[in-house]
Amino acid sequence: MRITQGTFSYLPDFTDEEIEAEVRYCFDNGWAFSIEHTDDPHPRNAYWEMWGLPMFDGKDLDDAMRQLAECRKAFPEDYIKVNGYDRTKGRQTTTLSFIVHRPQEEPGFYLERTEAQDRRIQYTIRSKAKLAG
Amino acid sequence: MAANKTSFEKKSRWTAGITPYAEMGYYNADYEPKNTDILCAFRLVPQAGVEPIEASAAVAGESSTATWTVVWTDRLTPYEHYQAKCYRVDPVPGTDQYIAYIAYDIDLFEESSIANLTSSIIGNVFGFKALKSLRLEDMRIPPHYTKTFQGPPHGIVMEREYLNKFGRPLLGATVKPKLGLSARNYGRVVYEALRGGLDFTKDDENINSQPFMRWRDRYLFCMEAVNRAVAATGEIKGHYLNVTAGTMEEMYERADFAKELGSVIVMVDLTIGYTAIQSMSKWARRNGVILHLHRAGHGTYTRQKTHGVNFRVISKWMRLAGVDHIHAGTVVGKLEGDPNSIRGYYSTLRANKLEADPSQGLYFEQDWASMPAVMPVASGGIHAGQMHQLLHYLGEDVVLQFGGGTIGHPDGIAEGATANRVATEAIIQARNEGRDFLNEGPEILAKAARWSPELRKALEIWKDVTFDYESTDVPDAVATVTV
Repeated sequence: MRITQGTFSYLPDFTDEEIEAEVRYCFDNGWAFSIEHTDDPHPRNAYWEMWGLPMFDGKDLDDAMRQLAECRKAFPEDYIKVNGYDRTKGRQTTTLSFIVHRPQEEPGFYLERTEAQDRRIQYTIRSKAKLAG
Repeated sequence: MAANKTSFEKKSRWTAGITPYAEMGYYNADYEPKNTDILCAFRLVPQAGVEPIEASAAVAGESSTATWTVVWTDRLTPYEHYQAKCYRVDPVPGTDQYIAYIAYDIDLFEESSIANLTSSIIGNVFGFKALKSLRLEDMRIPPHYTKTFQGPPHGIVMEREYLNKFGRPLLGATVKPKLGLSARNYGRVVYEALRGGLDFTKDDENINSQPFMRWRDRYLFCMEAVNRAVAATGEIKGHYLNVTAGTMEEMYERADFAKELGSVIVMVDLTIGYTAIQSMSKWARRNGVILHLHRAGHGTYTRQKTHGVNFRVISKWMRLAGVDHIHAGTVVGKLEGDPNSIRGYYSTLRANKLEADPSQGLYFEQDWASMPAVMPVASGGIHAGQMHQLLHYLGEDVVLQFGGGTIGHPDGIAEGATANRVATEAIIQARNEGRDFLNEGPEILAKAARWSPELRKALEIWKDVTFDYESTDVPDAVATVTV
């Protein structure tokens, strides 16, 4: 299955040029740029591993793209996403976040149901990747 | 009453009988509003023979301390303090209308009560015989009063962080047909729409608990559908379970059940009333559930230019009362909405500080003092082919709801959902790359449709659908036709 988290998961995977255009958009807006990766893409996993610190004063597109290439090389079987972050008052949150790299095979999720009384069901979503690992 | 055609003998302020409102202190052109005052702009049409200033003073009087005749008991109070003061009356060029600006001292209102605020300001005056018509156009609510409310239980930032969705409008659909589906069939629509790419599906305003589908059955099937879609996509999804009911006790029962099932969001209708909305807001904050508000019924008093309450005022009341979502217009869809006015509503819901802007119908500045923002919802007659216009007019922090525009897709509901998601992401990408996405929108969508059969079908079937009618209400400063 294809996990569809992120701003652009319904478009064909971005080329490096397309990714760079988004990084430029972040820089032009004065947003911090960061790279994160994980082997557990559970929808509620808020804390993917950080690839270094966010680039707060980033103006160097080449450096950003180089960092991304290095992350890919180090974790070819992880999910990797890039994020824009806007620190301005009232926003103070992520403003762009999309997956730029996926494992060869995406195992997806199990839906576990625990039946309770009165037709109630408790649902738990489990990452298949985590179970296998 | 004072505001009538009778002429008055000049008499002392406190002589028993009738004194014009303007002479009782309800009009004062020299009054300088205090920072703590609540300010209102009313659009009024006086009856023939009634002076506009007297009519405006009468509105100030009847919405604060006055009654129709002099009462000596006023003298037991510092009445000058409690009297609302009309401080300015402007004619609207080319009409028989006037805009009356009225200042109310903050002491007139109970803290954190929309019911009390509105009972004063719109409580009696709309039936006033001396007026042909009256409309509350805007209010300036000072931080001193705003801070007595907690506002949206989550707000836009928290909602996005909770849902893990950034950088694009959220997408939703209202289940159709809105009445008559059984719970199991209803859940099917939810599942298909969510797995196809929407973030939310929604009960309609009049789906509560009818004989064809009781609420408990609907909730169970909808949550099965939501969780199946989460597992199929790896994304957090939600269905707005409408908890609107005849009593608060029933609403709490339904909301508690929705929470137990793990729903991220519930909804209420505006028809439940301001106090019930404030109660549900507290419930939503306590339980970590997003609160969606459908503005059912608002058109009865917001639509006509010379009557009622402008929607920008309802927007302010609802941001104070504390909802996370509110329907606020589409510009391009099937429901009433002038683009400039809608821009004003959206700013009112989302911005932290607004300047007065007559072109958007904003009569006053408004400082929200860091109160979280409400996510506006655009719903009604919109489709994927309008995505560039929707992003242009409504921006990124919005829920775009395509009911017919998802479920009516000829290949299926999931395909309709995918078409909407592809269109959204393609236009966002173009915007981020610096392209003129409004003018190039049709080309951008056509290009995406080359590799997306879902979008191609959607564009073909709805390409000529527009709702091109003149607005019944546009700001005085500009008159632009509906898009």
